[in-house]
Amino acid sequence: MRSMGPPALEVSNLKTHFFTKAGIVKAVDGVSFAVAAGEILGLVGESGCGKSITGFSILGLVDEPGRIVAGSVRFKGEELTTASEERLRSLRGDRIAMIFQDPMMTLNPVLRVDTQMVEAVRAHRNINTAAAVHLARDALADVGIPSPEHRLKAYPHELSGGMRQRVAIATAFINKPDVIIADEPTTALDVTIQGQILAEAQALCARTGTAMIWITHDLAVVSSLADRIAVMYAGRIVETGRTADIVSAPLHPYTKGLIGSVPSHNKRGERLTQIPGMTPSLLNLAPGCAFRTRCSQATQMCLAEPELADVGADRAVRCFHPLLTEAGA
Amino acid sequence: MTLAAESSPATAQPAALAVETPLRRFLSDYFESWVATAALALLAIIVLLAIVAPWIVPQNPYDLAQVDVMESRLPPGEKHSVSGYTYWLGTDGAGRDLLSAMLYGVRISLTVGVLSGLIAMAIGATVGLIAAYAGGRVESLIMRVVDLQLSFPAILLALMLIAILGKGVDKIIIALVTVQWAYYARTVRGTALVESRKEYVEAARCLGLSHNRILMRHILPNCLPPLIVVATVQTAHAIALEATLSFLGVGLPQTEPSLGLLISNGFEYMLSGKYWISFFPGILLLLTIMVINLVGDQLRDVLNPRLRR
Repeated sequence: MRSMGPPALEVSNLKTHFFTKAGIVKAVDGVSFAVAAGEILGLVGESGCGKSITGFSILGLVDEPGRIVAGSVRFKGEELTTASEERLRSLRGDRIAMIFQDPMMTLNPVLRVDTQMVEAVRAHRNINTAAAVHLARDALADVGIPSPEHRLKAYPHELSGGMRQRVAIATAFINKPDVIIADEPTTALDVTIQGQILAEAQALCARTGTAMIWITHDLAVVSSLADRIAVMYAGRIVETGRTADIVSAPLHPYTKGLIGSVPSHNKRGERLTQIPGMTPSLLNLAPGCAFRTRCSQATQMCLAEPELADVGADRAVRCFHPLLTEAGA
Repeated sequence: MTLAAESSPATAQPAALAVETPLRRFLSDYFESWVATAALALLAIIVLLAIVAPWIVPQNPYDLAQVDVMESRLPPGEKHSVSGYTYWLGTDGAGRDLLSAMLYGVRISLTVGVLSGLIAMAIGATVGLIAAYAGGRVESLIMRVVDLQLSFPAILLALMLIAILGKGVDKIIIALVTVQWAYYARTVRGTALVESRKEYVEAARCLGLSHNRILMRHILPNCLPPLIVVATVQTAHAIALEATLSFLGVGLPQTEPSLGLLISNGFEYMLSGKYWISFFPGILLLLTIMVINLVGDQLRDVLNPRLRR
C-alpha cells in the first residue's frame, strides 16, 4: 500500500460511531489507510461520508456522543486511540496539525495573527515570544505572504479569505509537523486562490517531508495534488490507488460517477454524468454494499457486504462488479 | 468589537489599506446618537465629581466638627451664620451641607454599584464559562442554581442577606453580588455556548492549547460584548437596589450617607415644605441611573450584530 518508505501515519480498521438517541451512526466504519512522509493522500467523498470525522478521530477530538469503537491509529508506530489526553494534546498542533475548511471561522476574530501563531508555537516549545514571532514571520513568508511583518500585526478581519487560509496553513506548518490533516481547505476560496494554495501546500510538503491527508469532495482538486487517493463512501473506503490510476481508470462505480461529475473542457456539450440519489443516512445503514441503491451495476450479489480487495499494485476496490476499463486493472 | 470583524467583507484587500479598526468603528457607531453621547458625557461628569469629591466639597459631611446642628434644614441659598458660606442646595436634618453630602453620597453609591458589579461579573463570568465548557451534569447543576436564584425577587433576597449579615458597605456589596452574579452567569454561558461551537475553538483544540487557555484567551474575549451590556445595566440596578435598601434603613450606616439614605432622611420633612433634602439627592440618583441605562442601551445597539444597519 505504501510507495514512499515507512508510514508517518497508519490508520487501520478505524471505526468511529455516534451513539445518538435515534440509533448508532456509523460515521467511520472500518477505514484503513497509510501516509508516508512527504506523501499527499487525497481522501475523497461526498458530504457526510465520514471523511472529516476520520480526521478528527486521528487527533482524538471526536465529540460526544461519538466514540472510536475499534481500530487503531498509529503515528510513527505509536498507538493514538489509547493514548492519554495529555499525550494527544502534546501531539496536536505540534506533530499532527490540522487545516480547516473555512478560514473566516478558524481564526479567532479578536486576536491578532501574531498572537495566535505565537501561542501555537509556545504551546509546544519552551521559547520566548521574540523567537516565536520570528518563526511566525518565517512561516508566513513560506506560504507566500508578502510583507509578513505587517500581516503579523493584523486582525483576521483585515485579511482576505485567501490570505487567512495562508495564515492557517502557516500556523499548521509552524511547528514542522510530521502529519497535516487538511479538511477541505480550498472549498471556501476562489478558484485562482485555490490553485495558489494547492501549489504552496504541495511545495511545503515536498520541502519539509510532511505527510498530508487532504480531505475533499472535489476529485479535480486532489487529482492535481495527491500522490494517492482513497475514495470514501458511507463511512468506508471503496477504492484506493495511485492518483493517476484512479483518475484514468476508476474501478468502483462510485469513483467513476465522481469523475464523471467533474466538468471538463474536453467533455463540452456532453451531458455530465451524475450519480442518482444522495448519500444514504448513516443511521442504521442496511447491510450490504451501501452504494447499491445508486449503482447501475448493482445485482442481488450486492446485498452481501463486499470486501476491500487488492487488485494489482497499490490498488484496492470494494466492489463485486469492478468496472473493466480499457486501461485495465 | 468582534462583530465588526464578522460583518466586514472578506474582500477587503491588503491589510495596510484597512484603516477602520474595530475600536474606531465601535466609537463612530456609538457617537452617532447624540442622546447617548450626552449621556456618556454626563456620566463622565458624575463619575469625575464622585472621584474628586473630597477635594472640591465645601464641607466634609463626615466630620462632625464641621457640621452644626443649629444650621439644620436651611433652605437652598441660605448662608452659614458664622463663615457666611452659602448652602447652595440647603442643609439636611443633621445640618450637613446638602451639596457636599450629595457628592459624597454619589461617591458611595457608585463605589458600591461598580464594585459589586465587578465582583459579580468576575464570579458570574467564571461560573458561566465553566458551565458552557464543561457541559453535562456540571452545567445542569450550575444553571439550576442560577434559575433558582433568578426566581427570587432581588430586593427580598438582599433584605434577607442584610438581616443576616448586618449593616456596612462590605455587607451591602456581598448582598448585591449574591443577587447579581446569576445574571452574568446566564449571559456568559449563553454566549460561550455559541462561541465554543465555532470553528476557531476547534482549531485552537487542534493546536493542542490547554483548556484554560482556550477558555480565557479565546472564548472569554468573544463573550465580552454582551457582558459589557449586562454589566452597565446591572450596575445601574445595583445602585438602585442599594438606594432602596438604604431608604428602607437597612443599607449603609447613618454616618456615611449614600443617596438613598439622604432621600430617606429628608422624607420626614417633605410634608412640612422642606422638599430639598429629599428632592436634590433624588434627582441626582435618577440622573445617575438614567445615564448609565442610556449608555447601556447604546452599547447594546452598537454591539448587537442583529441590530446593525
